[in-house]
Amino acid sequence: MKLLKSLVLMMVIAFVLAACSGSNTSDTGEAVQEGNNPTESANSQPGTENVLRIAMSTEVDNLDPYISAATDTQSMMDNVFDGLLDTDESGKLVPAIAEDYEISEDGLTYTFQLKEGILFHDGSELISEDVVYSYERLSGLNGEEPLSSQFAGIENIEAPSDYEVVITLKENNSAFLAANIRPILPAGYEEQSTSPIGAGPFKFEEYQAGQQLTLVKNEDYYMQDKVPPFDKVQFIVMPDPESAVLAMQAGEIDVIPGVTPQGMMQLGESVNTVSGPQNMVQLMALNNEVEPLDDVNVRKAINLAIDKDMIIETVADGMGTKLGSNFSPAMDFYYEAGLEDYYQPNIEEAKALLADAGYADGFDLELTVPSDYQFHVDTAQVVVEQLSQIGINVEIKLIEFSSWLETVYQDAQYESTIVSFTGKLDPYEVLVRYISDYQSNFVNYNNPEYDALIEQAVASTDENEMADLYKQAQRLLTEDAASVYIMDPDRTYALRSGLEGWKMYPIQKFNLEDIRVTE
Amino acid sequence: MRYFLYKLSSFFITIVLVSMIIFFVFQLLPGNPAHIILGMDADPAQVAQLEKQLGLDRSPVERYADWVRGLLQGDLGESLRYQLPVSDILTDRIPVTSSLAILSLIITLLIGIPLGIFIARSDGKWMSVFLNIVTQLGISIPPFWFGFMLILVFGVTLQLFPTYGYVPWSEDFFGAFQSFFLPSLAIAIGNIAIVIRYLRNTILDQAKMDYVRTARVKGLKERTILYGHILRNSLIPVLTIMGLLVADTLGGSIIIENVFSLPGLGNLLIQSITSRDFPLVQSMVLYIAILVLFINFIVDLLYKLVDPRIRLKG
Repeated sequence: MKLLKSLVLMMVIAFVLAACSGSNTSDTGEAVQEGNNPTESANSQPGTENVLRIAMSTEVDNLDPYISAATDTQSMMDNVFDGLLDTDESGKLVPAIAEDYEISEDGLTYTFQLKEGILFHDGSELISEDVVYSYERLSGLNGEEPLSSQFAGIENIEAPSDYEVVITLKENNSAFLAANIRPILPAGYEEQSTSPIGAGPFKFEEYQAGQQLTLVKNEDYYMQDKVPPFDKVQFIVMPDPESAVLAMQAGEIDVIPGVTPQGMMQLGESVNTVSGPQNMVQLMALNNEVEPLDDVNVRKAINLAIDKDMIIETVADGMGTKLGSNFSPAMDFYYEAGLEDYYQPNIEEAKALLADAGYADGFDLELTVPSDYQFHVDTAQVVVEQLSQIGINVEIKLIEFSSWLETVYQDAQYESTIVSFTGKLDPYEVLVRYISDYQSNFVNYNNPEYDALIEQAVASTDENEMADLYKQAQRLLTEDAASVYIMDPDRTYALRSGLEGWKMYPIQKFNLEDIRVTE
Repeated sequence: MRYFLYKLSSFFITIVLVSMIIFFVFQLLPGNPAHIILGMDADPAQVAQLEKQLGLDRSPVERYADWVRGLLQGDLGESLRYQLPVSDILTDRIPVTSSLAILSLIITLLIGIPLGIFIARSDGKWMSVFLNIVTQLGISIPPFWFGFMLILVFGVTLQLFPTYGYVPWSEDFFGAFQSFFLPSLAIAIGNIAIVIRYLRNTILDQAKMDYVRTARVKGLKERTILYGHILRNSLIPVLTIMGLLVADTLGGSIIIENVFSLPGLGNLLIQSITSRDFPLVQSMVLYIAILVLFINFIVDLLYKLVDPRIRLKG
């Protein structure tokens, strides 16, 4: 008994001591902010370090930009690395490490002139040898497996001088230009996974697994006019979206990339927001090979029965852009406008089409939905309701995304599904999915005319002609009712008051150079 | 001694069985890690290459044998997603989850036992009704809700505690305590309710026993009777419950870590299940299983300490 008593006593003492310390800290009114460094206060007072804290819902998968497969990781590390080219808000390619480039008449040879005097974070100069090293790794010309299919089409890379790189492709591929936003890494440096080095506006400082990624300002950045107004950036892992909102309310988070409508209501007027389309395509994919979806009239009937405006209103709270084909207006230059209203909701016409196809009484349809995405699950529920009006009895089958990737995406064992394709910088990367022999054409769309259009477009060297061909391809997808293209859901970024200028790009990009501190 | 050996051998046999179940159940899950790692734009050649690199082309039995061989040599393998040794990843995470579990157990005991005794002593009709309502609420409300409420009150409104962040104990003791206090409390609330209910009921039951009457007749003070006799006998069922609560606490910490953005096992476990990171998932589940088994083993030994009459049956 004595033992128990003294044990309890000890615990009480420890508890009281610890509790006192808690109240001490609260007396000074200073909450511990950044894990290991309590002195870095939330309010960036003049004279102190200027820290930007961004809440991330996922962890870094790998710091090496060539190994990482997670979009979030790439968006964070994009601040550490620069590529030969970069993209602006409209998706136009702009020079970064390259000062200028030239494409040969036949479209096979790309010549890049590099800027002089660019320094990597370790102080060494970035020269053509580094570009050759980087691209050889990506393309597999170093004798290993190619790390990127976009680069697998490179025949040869040469460096005639320290500031010139010549790339020769095996065949004409206009989509290759956009691939040149991939990071350039210092030649021969093998520690990218633990201590990455690039030439971007921020240097890697530390990654605490599962907690935070810390970057510091690169004072020697080669574009001095674009040096961001922050000394330090912390990407903080906060898996729960609700916690991120609470942390922002407490003034401990400055930016949340991707807030839910509920989160916005909670944050109210106290924050600045930026929202817009994210170059994403949410679609109800129809397997064109299974009965009765192999009948174009059935697919048209489904398109006519689905009211996209209603889905946008109910599922996305009105925050979405209606689509008509597998393309988002976020890439304006290549976008075929008007297709979003090609199928106006018309139940009578839909019923007539179904009757023509021999399904006057409707049929049963299985809708496989990845359960990890509540947005798609909600959409599915509206679709069930809408299709029941024309006698199609839809049954929702929930499946984990990991399983979805295998059964639906890879093996095409499904009737219909709801999913979204993330944005790509080049229209070819978006539209290639529907080429009949593309291995991940899980919609099983098959139209030789479409194949020919895409083939022509990718080989084209004239931008306007190319855009025209891509637009025709989009129209074909709509006319053939390849699937039901629903919307490009808006993404909302929340910034603490006093931060402005966040921009949205056709690919997910956290471009910290854009942000202005107003107070 | 026989008791000890018996318990020890059953401890080890269970571990072997658990390891087999863990390994083969995960093999049944649909979804190919190579697909998941490479994402929606992978080409089949890349997938096949990665499968080979990950050793997924070999039979499950071969892989199980490899895994066990590695385990015995202290090598847990390499994470598929992070491409880092599993042991490195776990060394970072285990202290977080253990701190959470230990602190919440301490809070549970510190609040639950005195409160249970107090309530048992001052038992009255209004008290038991009130107690029933409060403990019922404590048990039925999920810890993550308490978590959010604690953040809202102490983090956002009063600003007494940080809303997120983790500080290792070695770096700053009080900072660490601050970062663990709210999440531990969130887990502890439900457990406190359970301990109070159990302790109160057993104390009231024990108080009706003959030995208590005898003690009173002997003229012992009420305090001595309560603390020296009743409490000692009441602690056995509480001990059993504590064993179960530890397992519960580990389970609860998985969700609470997400709410408080703590880099513990919980968050990692969820992510590695979705990414089919088998080496990581297996090691984590095995670790948690061993921990729970070990604690039950200790509880079994403690029984004997608290009540020497407990013998091995059969």
